[in-house]
Amino acid sequence: MGDGLYVNGLRAWFGDTLVLKGVDLTVAPNAVTAIIGPSGCGKSTFIRCLNRMHETVPGAKVAGQVLLNREDLYAPGVDPVDVRRRIGMVFQKANPFPTMSVFDNVAAGLRLGGLRRKSQLQESVERALRHAALWDEVKDDLDRSGVSLSGGQQQRLCIARALAVDPQILLMDEPCSALDPIATGKIEELIHDLKKELTIAIVTHNMQQAARVSEWTGFFLLGELVEFGITKEMFTTPGATRTEDYITGRFG
Amino acid sequence: MSPGGRRLVSSAVGGLTAAAAILVVCPLLLIFGFLLYQGVSALNPDFFLHLPKPVGEAGGGVANAIVGSLIVIGLAVAVGLPIGILGGVYLAESSDRRLPWALRFVADVLNGMPSIVFGIFAYTVVVIPMRRFSALAGGFALGLILIPIVLRITEEMVRLVPSALREAGLGLGLPEWMVSLRIVIPAARAGIITGVMVAVARIAGETAPLLFTALGNRFWHRGLDQPIATLPLQIYAYAIAPYDDWHRQAWAGALVLITLVFLASLAARVATRGRTLAR
Repeated sequence: MGDGLYVNGLRAWFGDTLVLKGVDLTVAPNAVTAIIGPSGCGKSTFIRCLNRMHETVPGAKVAGQVLLNREDLYAPGVDPVDVRRRIGMVFQKANPFPTMSVFDNVAAGLRLGGLRRKSQLQESVERALRHAALWDEVKDDLDRSGVSLSGGQQQRLCIARALAVDPQILLMDEPCSALDPIATGKIEELIHDLKKELTIAIVTHNMQQAARVSEWTGFFLLGELVEFGITKEMFTTPGATRTEDYITGRFG
Repeated sequence: MSPGGRRLVSSAVGGLTAAAAILVVCPLLLIFGFLLYQGVSALNPDFFLHLPKPVGEAGGGVANAIVGSLIVIGLAVAVGLPIGILGGVYLAESSDRRLPWALRFVADVLNGMPSIVFGIFAYTVVVIPMRRFSALAGGFALGLILIPIVLRITEEMVRLVPSALREAGLGLGLPEWMVSLRIVIPAARAGIITGVMVAVARIAGETAPLLFTALGNRFWHRGLDQPIATLPLQIYAYAIAPYDDWHRQAWAGALVLITLVFLASLAARVATRGRTLAR
């Protein structure tokens, strides 16, 4: 089962520049929450704050609360490494480890996390690849290089890699922006299946995609959350004129 | 510009760059050809298997110098490689600004330092306290030369690894040290190995820092704390001697040295083919 995330007054900086100006938002459990908005609105930064990836950039800072099971992920003493094990991430551009095979890519998180037993590894890798709807395409040659796959397959490989460590939440930062419509369709189907087992937050540039895959949508503009609500309602009767202007294509 | 004129300029520039590229490899070919011409007559199995003969006796070889070179280079690599690679990873990955900046500056100064200075330093801190010339002192001097080269090359190669890979590792919940060791360094492996080979080739030919550390030896060495023969030292000794036979052996020694370096580079290239990123 997935867990929800409760974000309170989240602010983020790059150096001295404030890029998130206090965001309150709830990522509902076992559902898909889409984050939309024009380039530079802070949506990627927002999602990267949810698993403490933002702070890996030199000079980046975060303030505010992100609660998972009533525990603040930014409380002192919380290990960001532990947070990232529970909240997985898929990036804009597929980034399989180039020196590793398909199998090793998926096993990387488990193996480097200390799991050694071969039978257990094989089982987990197969399960993750099945979850990511990639198993049938790669099962005959798990030893081939991860980067020899097609773009869409590489992205599903990255999803499998993230799923293998059994996260409660999966963050996706524009996972389809480098893919063609067919590969995009596969990933969207996958998102639909995955939400039965975990919680998903997805950043997307593509408003049709947000409408297709998500239950909840947040619209960001200039570092602020302008509107947050049920996707269907937001796309039919947006509450704010700025939201309406954006989703009807008047800017961004 | 008319299409004809453009084509003319294009082929002229193309020709110039090709000529420059050929000029670059010319010295190498010339040197190698000259070494072959001068040295090949002294090359025979004895040259690789026997000790030098006393003055006046024909024949003999440089077996002790070949083995000595391998030992001294091995010592230098054993000391310099781990330090250089780990330090280079630190320079590339550290989020601190000041310390890496200072280290980089020092490494660049060291890289530009005449190699004999390293010899004097090793003489002062190893040879004098030990009261004898030794393979250890020679390895120490060469190791000092090796470190800043490996350091800077490793840094550059690690920097070439796309940050997306680092993020992939961190996003999986791997601690930073593991991301560096298991993901970033393997991705930069081919580049690092190429760089290490460049550094090893450089120290393999160093003579000055060995003159008053390893000293040279006309016999097999009897322990790492004893003076040891190396190819560059032997070449130097033979080249400045007044005997034709020794001159021929000096040429042959240079030929062997170049061939060894060449083979080592080739082996490194072959070993690093496959799943890698840079180079």
